[in-house]
Amino acid sequence: MASQEIVFAGFGGQGILSMGKFLAYAGMDAHLNVSWLPSYGPEMRGGTANCHVILTDETIGSPVVTRATSLLVMNGPSLDKFEHTLVPGGLLILDSDLVNRTAARTDIEVLHIPAQTLAEQLGSKKAANMILLGALVKRTGIVSLEILLQSVHEHGKATFFEANKKAIEMGAGMIPQLTH
Amino acid sequence: MGNKVLMKGTEAIGEAAMRANCQCFFGYPITPQTEVAAYMAKKMPALGRVFVQAESEIAAIHMVYGAAGTGVRCMTSSSSPGISLMSEGISYIAGAELPCLIVNIVRGGPGLGSIQAAQSDYFQATKGGGHGDYNMPVFAPSSVQEMIDLIQEAFDVADEYRTPCMIMGDGMLGQMMEPVEFLDRQPRKLPNKDWAATGLLGRKTHNVINSLFLAPEELEQHNTHLQEKYKIIKENEVRYELFDCDRENDLILVAYGTTSRICKNVIRSAEREGILLGLVRPITLWPFPTKAFEETVHHTRFGYLTVEMSAGQMVEDVQLAVNGRAPIGFYGRTGGMVPHPDDILATVKQMVHEGVQVWH
Repeated sequence: MASQEIVFAGFGGQGILSMGKFLAYAGMDAHLNVSWLPSYGPEMRGGTANCHVILTDETIGSPVVTRATSLLVMNGPSLDKFEHTLVPGGLLILDSDLVNRTAARTDIEVLHIPAQTLAEQLGSKKAANMILLGALVKRTGIVSLEILLQSVHEHGKATFFEANKKAIEMGAGMIPQLTH
Repeated sequence: MGNKVLMKGTEAIGEAAMRANCQCFFGYPITPQTEVAAYMAKKMPALGRVFVQAESEIAAIHMVYGAAGTGVRCMTSSSSPGISLMSEGISYIAGAELPCLIVNIVRGGPGLGSIQAAQSDYFQATKGGGHGDYNMPVFAPSSVQEMIDLIQEAFDVADEYRTPCMIMGDGMLGQMMEPVEFLDRQPRKLPNKDWAATGLLGRKTHNVINSLFLAPEELEQHNTHLQEKYKIIKENEVRYELFDCDRENDLILVAYGTTSRICKNVIRSAEREGILLGLVRPITLWPFPTKAFEETVHHTRFGYLTVEMSAGQMVEDVQLAVNGRAPIGFYGRTGGMVPHPDDILATVKQMVHEGVQVWH
């Protein structure tokens, strides 16, 4: 059974919602059932953004992720808010340039990725989200990198494709070093 | 899956309506459905159709009244406080027997309430938000795909019976994205709109559209006619889904829209704990699927548990349908809070293991 229930969370403007959208598109192209649910409530007015994404070969009930198999966070408040929603053994990916603490939980897998620093090496801090997304997809294997790149090509802006591709590949490339 | 596209509920509403040949959209922005108007504003003029951002919800619904009187397919979309403002116009439209579509993406109330998902407009939608003896068909989709299918169907039902129809979703259905497919569908065989106010066109008498009948005899006759029409709608247009009801269940959940999706998750987790649950999912809230309870009432050990994002508005219809033949429990959240599957399951266990009738 292929199934991932993922929460993406951070500040508005970091590309949190589009990260989730690209993954949802990729899941759809991989013939999985998918749902994407953004936050649109008062917390958004406070500058934080999150979205819940489900990819599964089973039927999707609630689009609200209450037991996340993966959590990707790009600021401290998001880690505080969502850490407890991870299932035991779940995957936490955090932007270690922006989150100044590690996980309190010891029953989960944690990947620290200095996404801001890496993105700067690529020439744009804005690519940080795609680096993290590349790492998430590589580590979970929920879809192949090829399908993810294809969905970014099809649904993202053409002018950003090459930069996005590099960022995704860089993120995916982090996985072997981080997990060994 | 080749033709599937990923679409937000609110955008799917607009696209489905346009494909159903909706010619006019009148609306006023309100969270969480403003994207419907935004989508229509972008697309309708390009097709030579009408989009008007009205000065208020009251103006919008009366623009719908006027456009519907000419026989064109037209609609409006709003969220709870906006629908309250529109209720006077909806009563007029029902009285004048005009077909149109009203979309309510429900948010928490009362008053300005919140902008989060709720189902607390059930009474308003099904028992007549406006004045007078009227009803309108109310469809409650539980996915973006079903939203699309029901919008096209609702336009047909509106035309067939000369009645306003409502699509009732909630903030979550409006905001979420799911893969959808726009399939060619066979439209119903619909009567000619020979009642429409389109000019004389060679006729001798004007078509008059009105909801005013000053002579009580005439108004009573009009009401009798409306009631006969509602009876036919009740006979022909009831829709519901029975999920896992083809077995002897410990308990049957009753839920619609977003809440029914959560209940489907609960059914799976209850199974892992040896508890068998079914689900009655009303798709039309009016007419209410009483028949679904005739089919299930003898196949549940501990009765029904109604789950809603309201203080229990649908429970009354469940009680009428069950008519004392089985216990009925209730679990609900309000104010924009979404029921958690674990909390629903805990309530299920109370009913099944302790045999108590619960009311949270």
